[in-house]
Amino acid sequence: MANAQAMCTSFKGDLLTGVHNFGTGVVRASTAADTFKAALYLASATIDASTTAYTATGEVSGTNYSAGGVTVTFGTAPSTSGTTAFVTPSASITYSAVTLSTAFDCVLIYNSSQSNKAVSVHTFGSQTVTAGTFTLTMPVNDASTGLIRLA
Amino acid sequence: MITTTKGEMDESLLHKSEGSTENDREIISWVEYRLDDELVHRSVHVVLKQSVAADGVAAAIG
Repeated sequence: MANAQAMCTSFKGDLLTGVHNFGTGVVRASTAADTFKAALYLASATIDASTTAYTATGEVSGTNYSAGGVTVTFGTAPSTSGTTAFVTPSASITYSAVTLSTAFDCVLIYNSSQSNKAVSVHTFGSQTVTAGTFTLTMPVNDASTGLIRLA
Repeated sequence: MITTTKGEMDESLLHKSEGSTENDREIISWVEYRLDDELVHRSVHVVLKQSVAADGVAAAIG
């Protein structure tokens, strides 16, 4: 046996459940999971790694689309495999009976329980929807493809 | 029945077209219904294959 420099895998998993706090954190009312939402953005918007929170600027608008988007279901708790921690929504993200006439290509996952702070940005081929359903089906929830991974 | 910009319509009255694209990151499939030449319904299904990852690094000391 020998010692090995590493980021502890358990720590990565703990980050996904809010265990550690190296700075000024937030007071949590309970140990319950936060509520996360998914908002769609126009292809002309500028949502990227520098995005710190949900913004209505550049968000899609149209029939039956509510500003802020829809709630994301994380029915499976974060887990680890190998040296990677990961978590993936347990259900597809669906916008039903919407008309979104201006091309969009991005979804922002954000924490509506914590001041709408940004989590991740996911892009896809530019789309429009007309009186239809837009569905985002999640990748396999594992260390290689999970939606949010700390490797 | 299909939900359209003109309300619920019988599918037999509409012209249906479908398509899909795939790359390393996603599979996108779509279905459109047209009444004459007018687009009255378009639905899209995006299957994400993988997504974002962040690296955790423990720096060497000394």
